Amino acid sequence: MTAPRTTVRQMGESALLVEADRPLALHAALTASPAPGQVDIVPAERTVLVVLAEGTDLRQVRAHLESLRPADQQEIPGSLVEIGVDYTGEDLLPLAATLGMEVDTLIGRHAAAEWTVAFVGFAPGFGYLTSQDWDLEVPRLARPRTSVPAGAVALAGRYSGVYPRASPGGWQLLGTTARRMWDTTAEHPALLTPGTRVRFRDNRSADRGIG
Amino acid sequence: MNPALRILRPGPLTTVQDLGRAGLGSLGVSRSGAADRGALRAANRLVGNTGCCAALETTLGGLALRACGDLRMAVTGPPVPLTVTGPDGSTDGPLTVPTGTTFDLADGAQLRMGRPTRGLRNYLAVCGGIDVLPVLGSRSRDLLSGLGPEPVQVGDELPVGTGGGVDPVRDAEPTTGPIHGADPIRLNLILGPRQDLFTGSALDLLFGQVWTVTPASNRIGLRLSGAQPLERLDQAERPSEPMVPGAVQVPTSGQPVIFGPDHPASGGYPVIGVLTVAAQDLAGQARPGDAVVFTSIGTDATTIPVRPTSA
Repeated sequence: MTAPRTTVRQMGESALLVEADRPLALHAALTASPAPGQVDIVPAERTVLVVLAEGTDLRQVRAHLESLRPADQQEIPGSLVEIGVDYTGEDLLPLAATLGMEVDTLIGRHAAAEWTVAFVGFAPGFGYLTSQDWDLEVPRLARPRTSVPAGAVALAGRYSGVYPRASPGGWQLLGTTARRMWDTTAEHPALLTPGTRVRFRDNRSADRGIG
Repeated sequence: MNPALRILRPGPLTTVQDLGRAGLGSLGVSRSGAADRGALRAANRLVGNTGCCAALETTLGGLALRACGDLRMAVTGPPVPLTVTGPDGSTDGPLTVPTGTTFDLADGAQLRMGRPTRGLRNYLAVCGGIDVLPVLGSRSRDLLSGLGPEPVQVGDELPVGTGGGVDPVRDAEPTTGPIHGADPIRLNLILGPRQDLFTGSALDLLFGQVWTVTPASNRIGLRLSGAQPLERLDQAERPSEPMVPGAVQVPTSGQPVIFGPDHPASGGYPVIGVLTVAAQDLAGQARPGDAVVFTSIGTDATTIPVRPTSA
């Protein structure tokens, strides 16, 4: 395995933006072995932001990033969260038609895939989920809704996500879940954090006792 | 009765702010906190609070309140008219108080804040701090995510804590801070991380052109307007990246946005540069119509971050 070349860019006085082929692996490496002065690590689609305490010597941080060997950069499987879904979303039928498949096929594929939280963004607790079992590209709505309810399970691009609270949104709605994504009074406010694995369960199957 | 501040008039926008919630970026939570952190720290220092105490952040003044209990307080930020009147029935006439000094507000006395002629935000600290319920370790209101206490309303009674009295600095150690509303406001910026996505002339324009703060500006971001937009080499869609306070993001319009404390956690438009910490405080005092110029203080691996002296 060859060492992936990483580009490190300065982002203000006290943060470095690291290009990463596998942001979650770098996130895990920096969790296990923090850089000097590290106060936050934020993975995104292709980058990891390393936020440092004010006054941190950025050269030391760069040296630390260089020292992380590829072998250290393993994605550590996160905990598995099961999310029950009523697949009754407004966009379910038109989306299935657009994708040229039966509604039940779309639901079945969404519920069969094992998803992983790649990163969190847009709103507190909004996890961007990706899956190796999912290759459907879903366009965003041309006209975003002014309000999407909390618990809406949605698709956009190659991502799936669950709206943690009511907000405007342009993702296509598959259904809703009663599972709470975000609770500021809980010890762990976000149900979904980078690396968490997610499986959606069709509530109809549960009702029938299929599993 | 427990000490409190009773709000008689909130002004255009008054929120509770402390130094914010650092370290929660991976949950999609931005730092939030005071837009002018230096002014907040100075206010807390004046009343003997620890630096993490919460204070009131006003926007263009306008705040009026009554003390419940005898309270010691201070207002920092740009010079703003402050008038103290005694409790109902008292013969104490209105008293003018300067900004940047400590004063006492007796039980039942009222403080009225006018409007600053330059600058935007004042900080009212009270000995003991504003003791509303913290959310995720901070009492700051984040206007984008909705975290923290609601903006202050008429009739609110904000509890005052008992954690003050550390070491009040009565004779204001230089809290001069920035020159509020300097014309133009000079903002030091570190280029990057995405300056290489822009044309050379865009970089020249960034530093050579005078930018105006537009009315569509708030704690989420300062939207700037310039005669000529900043051009990118291409308009390809880019993966979303984490954002930081002070990031100067350039949307498709080419008119930059300086992210404030309540910035979105991530964004898809490229960040051409990031303000220094000191410049972020200056930006926190910029009001619509103010002129802004950027100065580069370097970039890349060899750059040793410079803490510029604020004017």
